[in-house]
Amino acid sequence: MIDLGTLTIRKAHEAMKRGDFSAVELAEAYLKNIEARNVELNAYLEVFDDVREQAQEADARFKEGTATVLTGIPIALKDNILVKGRRVSAASKILEGYVATYDSTVARKLKEAGVVLLGRANMDEFAMGSSTENSAFGPSKNPFDTSRVPGGSSGGVTVAIASDMALAGIGTDTGGSVRQPAAFCGLVGLKNTYGSISRSGLIAMGSSLDIAGPIAKTIEDVEILFEVLRGTDILDSTSIEIKIRNSKFEIRNLKIGVPENFLTMKGIDPDVLENFTASIEKLRAQGCTIQNITLPTIPHSLAVYYIIMPAEVSTNLSRFDGVKFGLHKEGERLLDDYVLTRTEGFGKEVRRRLLLGAYVLSSGYHDAYYGKAVRVRTHIEQELDSVFKTVDVIATPTTPTPAFKIGEKAQDPLAMYLADIFTVPANIAGVPAVSLPSGQVKREGKSLPLGLHLMAAHGNDRILFECGRLFEGSVQVRLHAK
Amino acid sequence: MAITIEEIEKLASLSRIELTEAEKGEMQGEFDAILGYVASVNKVAEGHSSDAQSSTSTLNILREDDTAHESGIHTETLLSSAPKREGQYVKVKKILGS
Repeated sequence: MIDLGTLTIRKAHEAMKRGDFSAVELAEAYLKNIEARNVELNAYLEVFDDVREQAQEADARFKEGTATVLTGIPIALKDNILVKGRRVSAASKILEGYVATYDSTVARKLKEAGVVLLGRANMDEFAMGSSTENSAFGPSKNPFDTSRVPGGSSGGVTVAIASDMALAGIGTDTGGSVRQPAAFCGLVGLKNTYGSISRSGLIAMGSSLDIAGPIAKTIEDVEILFEVLRGTDILDSTSIEIKIRNSKFEIRNLKIGVPENFLTMKGIDPDVLENFTASIEKLRAQGCTIQNITLPTIPHSLAVYYIIMPAEVSTNLSRFDGVKFGLHKEGERLLDDYVLTRTEGFGKEVRRRLLLGAYVLSSGYHDAYYGKAVRVRTHIEQELDSVFKTVDVIATPTTPTPAFKIGEKAQDPLAMYLADIFTVPANIAGVPAVSLPSGQVKREGKSLPLGLHLMAAHGNDRILFECGRLFEGSVQVRLHAK
Repeated sequence: MAITIEEIEKLASLSRIELTEAEKGEMQGEFDAILGYVASVNKVAEGHSSDAQSSTSTLNILREDDTAHESGIHTETLLSSAPKREGQYVKVKKILGS
């Protein structure tokens, strides 16, 4: 029996290298769990039918001596990452029957490293949501309490990892979609610097905000995945190289900024604040300097986000017209084909954002909304730039509350949007951020995980790994869903 | 600055989707709440220059305009994704004279 609950990428790699178990045995252990739990939790929309074959290839690489640290590692991929020859739907009916015609750069790099791709994980349709309730194929459930959401939009990936249906996974994050579900499921989720991992072959949502990011049980696993996936790519003109870590930097000298004005807003659960204070004390005990900072413009990030993001959504999603791929509905004229296809294919939240995007870009309102939002966005970047001259990272909770109930926010889109209040600024400014498991709160007899959110300066992703290791060392046990 | 049902209909038509009467009403209420929330950018934007440049964005990264691949090698793969095709073409209804 392989103890999947405590397994990490590093441990699995060492075990396969020693021959404690094979990649096939590891893959079979995960498939067995998927068999037992996926019907209830709905983490996967599809489990690939060639998992054993992929694992056999991984075992061959161990024999040949060409195995990498990721060879044979069972991975869940969010359903908006293209893998050539496999279906991909962004959890939307409009991509019914669509098979990817090329590999995303993320998938290509994972394949080259020899991972075992387990399947396509559930998500909010087109990554629009914070709970996976917007999936056209039903919500995923939080393994810590199945009456609650796992967070979103990368909720399928986090459910899979938290319930031992995958060892690690790749999500995407436009406003918090990697970090918020990682927090709700007791995992580490990285939103790396914008452009540090190629976006080629991801189904686009907000192109100036989107990133692909790793999710795993430990900061080391997330770092391993990040280092394999990162780098410039000719297929993504926004891709960049990040900074080399300053070798003189001593992690114990870390300066952590705590934005008091951001933490005293309405709607933040007292238990979340208490947990956050305890986390900060742990970092202080490790020798970090804690500094109170003021970020007057940052709390407006979410308002900026709900202008820029829908504008980009309405542009990006115009390509779904029933002509080139996916669903096609037949009408009388070509325009009717478009309208019928899109009306049937897009769910409620997608429609809402299409209309919002059309509104903020329309003549007469463009200057009042989009123009102003772009201006405030630049100001937010500058505000962060100047704060990062005095502190190394900025700490907040990842989410204002623990995981909420399925259906609780379904009728109130604005309440759902506020779930991303702490995560959105990093996307607006393009800076890196990570959510780390920070403990738990009790709700109705169940333990629900919480997350600590750390944000660093542009290109300074690696300081988050150092900081994550420091914090991980001070938190006793990772909460594990049974 | 409440949004009207007519405006909702106009936005739906621009977005190439149809809404039921019930959806239009719902959307109207939600729009008022969301637009009320995002309107805070107006106040914040005051006093900030409109020509400030982002310090981190990557600008004008271009590649050589040469032949990326042999002509036609992806044609069949891409056409096979199209719901309707005729030979080497994606098939759509005629748009002229209607």
